[in-house]
This record gives sequence, C-alpha cells and structure tokens, in this order.
Amino acid sequence: MKLAKHTFKNGIHPPENKEETNGLPIRQFSFSPLIILPLAQHIGAPSKIIVREGQEVVRGQILAESDGYLSVPLHAPASGMIRKISNVPTISGKMTTGIYLEPFPSSTQEILEGNPIDLETASPEEILLGIQQAGIVGLGGAAFPTHAKLKIPEGKHCDTLIINGIECEPYLTTDHRVMLEQPNDIFLGIKYLMKATGAKRTIIGIEANKQDAADFLRSQLPKHEPISIEVVPVKYPQGAEKMLITALLGEEVPSGGLPIDVHAVVVNVATTAEIGRLLPHGRGIQERVITITGPGVKKKGNYLIPIGTPLRYVLEQVGVDESISEVYMGGPMMGVAVANLDISIVKGTSGIVVFNEKQLHRAAQVYPCIKCGACVDACPLSLNPSKLGILAKFESYEKMAEEYHLMDCFECGSCSYVCPSNIPLVQYFRLSKSIIRKRKVA
Amino acid sequence: MKKHTLHISTSPHLKQSLSVEVIMRNVVFALLPTAIFSVYAFGWNAALVLITAVVSCVLTEHVLCRLTNKRSTLSDWSAVITGLLLGLTLPPIFPLWMTFLGGVFAIGMGKFLFGGLGYNVFNPALVGRAVLQAAFPVAITTWYAGFSVDRFAGLHPAVLGAPFMKPIVDGTSGATPLSAWKFDGVTTDTADLALGLVSGSAGETSSILILIGGLYLVFRNFMNWRIPVSILTTVFIFSGILYWIDPVEYPSPLFMLFSGGLMLGAVFMATDMVASPLTCWGVILYGVIIGALVVIIRIWGGLPEGVMYAILLANALSPHIDRLIRYRVYGTSLKAS
Repeated sequence: MKLAKHTFKNGIHPPENKEETNGLPIRQFSFSPLIILPLAQHIGAPSKIIVREGQEVVRGQILAESDGYLSVPLHAPASGMIRKISNVPTISGKMTTGIYLEPFPSSTQEILEGNPIDLETASPEEILLGIQQAGIVGLGGAAFPTHAKLKIPEGKHCDTLIINGIECEPYLTTDHRVMLEQPNDIFLGIKYLMKATGAKRTIIGIEANKQDAADFLRSQLPKHEPISIEVVPVKYPQGAEKMLITALLGEEVPSGGLPIDVHAVVVNVATTAEIGRLLPHGRGIQERVITITGPGVKKKGNYLIPIGTPLRYVLEQVGVDESISEVYMGGPMMGVAVANLDISIVKGTSGIVVFNEKQLHRAAQVYPCIKCGACVDACPLSLNPSKLGILAKFESYEKMAEEYHLMDCFECGSCSYVCPSNIPLVQYFRLSKSIIRKRKVA
Repeated sequence: MKKHTLHISTSPHLKQSLSVEVIMRNVVFALLPTAIFSVYAFGWNAALVLITAVVSCVLTEHVLCRLTNKRSTLSDWSAVITGLLLGLTLPPIFPLWMTFLGGVFAIGMGKFLFGGLGYNVFNPALVGRAVLQAAFPVAITTWYAGFSVDRFAGLHPAVLGAPFMKPIVDGTSGATPLSAWKFDGVTTDTADLALGLVSGSAGETSSILILIGGLYLVFRNFMNWRIPVSILTTVFIFSGILYWIDPVEYPSPLFMLFSGGLMLGAVFMATDMVASPLTCWGVILYGVIIGALVVIIRIWGGLPEGVMYAILLANALSPHIDRLIRYRVYGTSLKAS
C-alpha cells in the first residue's frame, strides 16, 4: 500500500540532546592496557578462535574466523600478545568465550593488509565474501552480519539501496560525524553495495537535524551516479528499517517480511563507510566511532575506539562525575543499561550515554492503564500497546501474537516513553515475545 | 576510578515527564471555573453540595483502599474529579446526605467494584448520579433559580434535610430550560443559556466556562477533542434536521446545544479516558452515538434530559467499539487482523 512519502505514521519526539557532540570531530582513542574481545559480537554463530595463548599478533590479523554463513571473523584491534583465552563479561551479564589481548607498549597504528577487493573486477559474490571477511556487521547497533543482509534471496531483486543516516536515537552523533568526515568512504561503500545487491539507485536518508551533513554530502556527490540524498523530518524511530522505507519509498514492508519484499535493502551509513574504507585494502574492523555523552561525562565527544576496549578504561579517559548512576550502551531509547564496567566495546556499540543520579526522570509509580491511548498514537506500527499490555498481564500470549501482531514489535520504546501510567510496556512485550518463541520451539 | 553503584533498567531509558497524576490534576483545574461559577450562581447551597460530593468520593476511596489492604490511591486525584463531576450534575439544593450517598455509590459501585482506576466500564460520577436519580426522583428534579438575592444569606432548608425524612419541597423555584421546553413548550434565550443565567444542575449552566476548561485540556493534550466535537456536531445536525422539518414541534439546534447537561457531559464526562474508545474513528463513532441518544431521549423520551443515559450507554459500548474499529497494523492488510 502506498502512503504519503517523507514520514511514517505516529512516532514520538524525545529531546534530541545532540548539540553537545554533533560539532565535535572524531578523535582517535588510545589503546587500553588490556583489550577484551568477546567472540559473540554479532547476531549468529560466534567466531572460532584460531590463535593460542601467548601468541603474538599484529593489528589487523584475524584472531577468530567465521563459523558458518551467519558469522564473521574477528580481527586484532592492536598488535600485542594473547594473554588468555577464557570467559569474558558481556553486557547481558553472561560470561562468554573471548580473548584477552595485551597490546605492546606504543603499539603501532599500522594495519596489516589483506586481500583487496577491487571494485571494478570483483563479482557480487566476491564483494559479499569480502564484507564478511572484513568482519562487518550492522554498526547502527543491531550487529547483524552485513553480508547476510545483502544476500538477495532467490527469486527476489533489489531496486533501491537505502543508506540509513537517520540516527534517530537521542544523544548519538556518530553517523552525523561519519557523514561529515568520511564522504569518500561512504560513496565508495555505496558503489560496492550497489554492485553486490544489483540495486539500480541509492537513497541516503538523513533527518532534518543533520541538514549540514546532507548539504555536505550533496556537494561531494560523485557525478553520474544514481545516488540521491533525501532529508526527512525529525521523528523517532525513523532509523528503524521499516519506518525509513516508508518515509523514503512510501511503501510498507509486509508484516513478518523483510525490506527485500519491497525491493529495498537498508544499510547503516557508518557500515557503508566502513565497507568503503576496508574493502580496498582487504582489512577488517579494528575500531569504530562511538559517541560518548550524557550529563555524567566530562569530555564528551565522538571517538574512534578500538573494539574490545574495556568500558572502565573508556570512562576513565573521558572522565565521569563521582555520582554516575546509569550507563547505557547504545542510545537511551533502545540501548542496554550496563551493570558492570568491565565489559568492553563491541562492534555494535554506537554510543555510551552516562547519567547522574539527579538527571534522570525515573518513573516513580506505576498506575493502572487509564486507556488514554497515548501509546496507540505513538506506536509506529499502529499496534495497540494498551491492549497488548493488558493481555500480557493475563498471560494471553497466543492472542497477543495472533490477533494483535505482537511479533512485529521491534521494541522502539515509543509506547513506554509516552505512557503516563509508567507501565513498562516494552518490558512486557520483550518477555511475552521470548515466551512465545520458547513455546514455539517446544 | 571509584566504585560506582549502577542502576539497571530496561529500555527505553527516557521517559516523558507526564503522569496520570498530572493529567488528573489538570482536569480538576479545568473544572474549577465551572465550579466557582456554580457557587456564584447558586450561593452556599451549591458550595456545600460540591464539597460534600468531593469529600464523600475521597473518603469512600480511602476507606475502600484500607478495607481491601490496597495502597491508598488518593494521590492520583481521580476521586476528586469524580466528586466534582458528581456535585456538578446535582441540583444546587440537593440534600447533602443524598449527595454523600451518591459519592459512595459513584466510587464504590462505579469504580471500585470494577477494580479501581483504569478498570471502570462506566463514568463513576454518572453511576453515582444514576443511583440518585433512581432513588430520589423528586429531590433530583427540584431546581433552584440561579442568582436569587438571598443565595449567600443562608442555606436552603432542603440542603440540610435529615436522612430519610420527607424531603422539604417548597415548590420548584425555576424549572430548567429543558423541562420548561418539554412540559410547557417554552424555550429559553440562547445567550442566557450560553452564559449560564438559567436554572439547572450546579454545573450545567455556563457552557462558555465549560468550553474554556475543555479548551485548556485540549491545548495541554489531556483530552481527546474528537469526543466533544463529534457529540456536539451530531446533536446540532440531528436536531437541526428536526427543527428544519418542523420548527414549532422541535426546539432549535442552538437551544439543544447549550441547554442542560450536554456541555458538561460532552466535555468532561464522555471524555473519561477509561470509558471511551481508543482509536480516532472509534472515538468519533462513540461521540455520534452519544449525540444521537441525547437528541432521541430529549425529544421522544420520557425525561427532559438524556445526557447521563446517553453517556452510560455509550460507555458500555466502547469496549465493543474498540474491538470493531482498530487501526490497520503496519504491513498488514485490513482484513488480516
């Protein structure tokens, strides 16, 4: 069904809080004394370790290779020695297998070259393999292996490649900075992506609060390429694939379907830049741009941080207040609260937001649902969170899934954000979804 | 680095700073002009009726929370709204003991029995009034002319009447515009109706003040404007058609709009979030049902006023409206829901 272009239905307008970091250029972070690399940094099978304890490695060397199709390798972010291969803490609270790497003092920034992927001669399959070998996953936060997302299923075709420069999460400015500082990487990345997917045209979607980035990219646009830049009004969660497709193409992705069902593929702009930066050299991801911000941070900014840098080291370097009480990895809308500062930066970390005790509006009291309908007017998918919340209380999970399309919910948090009764709707839905999934398996 | 105590919570970590309590408190604010005007028009009698209704609702809520070992829910202000609304629907010289009883039924039967705030099927204040109307049909239709000179001099004897004694009725002083039309065929000047210079329930007099309160809530986004708009439009169009067919037999649409409890009902009662539908079209259908019922009851029913029953009936329908009218979920066709 065709809809009006340039926006999607409903959504919310949380305070953006981007102005403190969106003018700060990306700065290189130093190596921490110890780098901790979990193997499961992406959705899919964890990588398989191919180094041993005590081995010396070079920056850019593969430490763990992909284990199957839905998996990517892991590269050494720094030259150093493998201290230990053991359990490492992760954000979920679970310990998983990982590598402790001790960088050499004054470790070089030089990176090992691999097999370059030549844009002119490489076949689409070779590009996909190159993207996988570079260890690239969705850098917007989802960390889904990009090559798997780009693989066009049999019988389908891709018309439009959409580059996601929306960055609708409040506080985060990484994509904004990447667009301002790495235009050539982005356009080269787009060429690789268009070749790999067979897309006939590319649209770069940017929210109106990054007009400078849109103007700059437009001025750098390579001639005679079917690339356009579209600025859309600011609204959360426009960065969600489905919402962005609706905003740019005026089409809806069918329930339970994928963007390719409307002949589109969506790739995050930082991921695109990384493809353009790494593939010509056959290198792998060693670092990523992260916004470190929030009221609790002293030196806010956009930093290029080696993967595996412990969060505690990051916070020590930027300086945080004495009274920090909340640390989020990712944005404050969909990010995850950190319980342990010993976890490390992973490929999917797009931001670190730190709050003080006083600065956060915490829900004081949960009231019953008063059916005000604010959530219904906020849900970008036009679900009925009010009804779903009540059904969750009664544990009517089947009804939630079948009659009220719970499984379409991507947990953007708009409903919880607006709920005047402070009902933790998203939490109910997350729980309900996992119960439904478990029941299906059983 | 020093040891930090980190709080963990699930996303989203940002929250709009708007709570049920704030919404409810603002509804009370929006009702205040109407309440104050009612005291101005009807004197101490109305003040006592309003205060008694509020005290009764608050007390009932508190006692019931105690009895059922629940945390007191007074802080959400909803009992105050119920009390104010109940008081505003009663005649200004309504006996206080009956008023108190009305509050007990409004909260106890209209709200608590259904599970408290958020679970009531009907608007609690109207449940209280419906009980009173059934129990005390004479007292609830004993009106008192507004702006009488002695309204601040003392109290009307009926107000302090002792429970279950024969009510003191000294002749209905000032029939309401609706009953004057219904039983005597007299219509009232629309300007007087709009300004509230007529006889009626404590709060069903000044349409303009009610609209101002409603506009404030709409402006703050605490009220669904579609409800009053669709009710009032329906009443206007429906009674306009009748008036056009026979202007002698039927009252003018403006008279229908501004008389009786329609404004108070459309703006403050039908908009009870809990008892109204969720979707845009659902809410409009709900408003149309109320508007049509109001006209039907007023013109062809036995009672001069029908707003209360119209809203209560539509309240009962609203869960069904929600089941019937849903938004099309993104990425689905309308039929596949």
